[in-house]
Amino acid sequence: MKSLIAVLTVLAAIIALWYAACVPMNIKGVLDQAERAGAEVTPATAKARRDMSEIGLVAKNTFAINETWVQDRPRLPAPHQVAVELWETTVEKKITSKRSLIYHAQVTLSATLLGFAIGTGLGILLAVGIVHSRVMDMSVMPWAIVSQTIPIIALAPMIIVVLYSIGVQGIIPKAVISAYLSFFPVVVGMVKGLRAPDAMQLDLLKTYNANTNQGFWKLRLPSSMPYLFASLKIGIAASLVGAIVGELPTGAVAGLGARLLAGSYYGQTVQIWSALFAAAILAAALVALLGLIEKLVLNRMGVRA
Amino acid sequence: MILVILAILVWCLGWWLNSRLANSPASKTRAVQLLVPAIFGITVLLVWELLVRGLEVSLVILPAPSVIAERFMASLPILWEDFAQTILKGALGGYVIGCGAAFLTAILVDRSDFLRRGLLPVGNFVAALPIVGTAPILVMWFGFDWQSKAAVVVVMVFFPMLVNTVAGLRETSAMQRDLMQTYAATYWQSFFKLRLPAALPFVFNGLKISTTLALIGAIVAEFFGSPTVGMGFRISTSVGQLALDMVWAEIVVAALAGSAFYGLVALIEKSFTFWHPSQRG
Repeated sequence: MKSLIAVLTVLAAIIALWYAACVPMNIKGVLDQAERAGAEVTPATAKARRDMSEIGLVAKNTFAINETWVQDRPRLPAPHQVAVELWETTVEKKITSKRSLIYHAQVTLSATLLGFAIGTGLGILLAVGIVHSRVMDMSVMPWAIVSQTIPIIALAPMIIVVLYSIGVQGIIPKAVISAYLSFFPVVVGMVKGLRAPDAMQLDLLKTYNANTNQGFWKLRLPSSMPYLFASLKIGIAASLVGAIVGELPTGAVAGLGARLLAGSYYGQTVQIWSALFAAAILAAALVALLGLIEKLVLNRMGVRA
Repeated sequence: MILVILAILVWCLGWWLNSRLANSPASKTRAVQLLVPAIFGITVLLVWELLVRGLEVSLVILPAPSVIAERFMASLPILWEDFAQTILKGALGGYVIGCGAAFLTAILVDRSDFLRRGLLPVGNFVAALPIVGTAPILVMWFGFDWQSKAAVVVVMVFFPMLVNTVAGLRETSAMQRDLMQTYAATYWQSFFKLRLPAALPFVFNGLKISTTLALIGAIVAEFFGSPTVGMGFRISTSVGQLALDMVWAEIVVAALAGSAFYGLVALIEKSFTFWHPSQRG
């Protein structure tokens, strides 16, 4: 309860700061508009205003403060503008409409999930191989770890173009990017998890005369679950970033990344912010969903969370 | 066809060599532990080269390693310029500002229980979001040059660093803090002598996570607009011209820069947290 109040306070502070930041960020645009509309503005010309600090302008033109929160194309849209845009583009638009954020989110989400499924599946397979084979462990594992330190997302534009040139397009190229971004975290986490049982537990199974297979299913796999879910949460966030970035270089027409790009081309800041929040909500929902599944699985296995 | 068979042979040879090494009694030594992944890497490169040439894959679609290396050597000045623009200015600048700001914020947050309760869940939440998406907004605000890239990096590294540092500052036990109290240590004395050293492993964990995030942020932000120099710019324009050997060369630079950056932070960590069990081994 105490934490909830604290979190709400912090959120309220962030929103208050946001509103406050809107004033100096947008004041120049507002004053230019007000001048064109014939209002009394100090100083009177745009040229003179350009050299002044934003705070100074606000102090001299306090009448314009209200205007900074309702501009059409603000530099920084106010929270309620973003909220209204989000509401209009999700609830009030038909899902099939090209302007519906749900439509765009679903395009990105399907690529994310497909890629995530592929990446996770392959990652778990490789992890199993690594745990059971010394050669694979010694040759592949260092590369998997190094891959975590390099920005492999830089490969994304090339993958799109190469796959396009051999005739693959649509969801697959984005899914490939999502897949390889989620692949390595899953490998590293899963290897750690499958190695989590200590020598005592492994020895116990040996005294039961359990073979490798039984040891895997009855000991290694169950004890790897907490590690697996931790890396799945990282993986799905990475997958979503991959799908979004994958939409940038081709000038895709659908998807959250395409919304971001289109917004930045046409200066539609409210659109950018709403796409950004949609992506954030999507990521949070996916991570929360995995958290829920984790809870269910661990409960089922009798682990106290 | 001969090249394809050769590729298969090279693969088998590499694997055989590695399995001999990995299962030999010497497999615990440092040299072998470095040698095995190196052999694996070289094998992959050789197989790639042979397959591309043997199957006559168009060099436009998948350049052979030798072509990439040639391009790399031939365009060193361009690569250096891009490296300086993206990594040295954008990524490093943002990294220093972002991590520094997060560290100072963490110290502030740590002083108030209320703030910590409020900020930590928010910070954890934000750390999982696709923050790269703020790139178009920040490019709009700070212009096309490296300042906007540094801003993206600041936003990206801030929360992971903050969460880690705050967690680290909580690391000391009540007993240890009480001991400092009995010594009549002031807040800052117990901070510098007890809590900061205890927090260092967490701080460095945050710093290490942030190295990769910084590079990702700096490169991806350039996809949204940049001056005519920079790794992200070069990648997106070279892809447009189907000059994929140049793209690969940039990726080699990114990989080298990423591992060097991470390695550097890990080295510094080693000298600062030599006392920690994970460093003793």
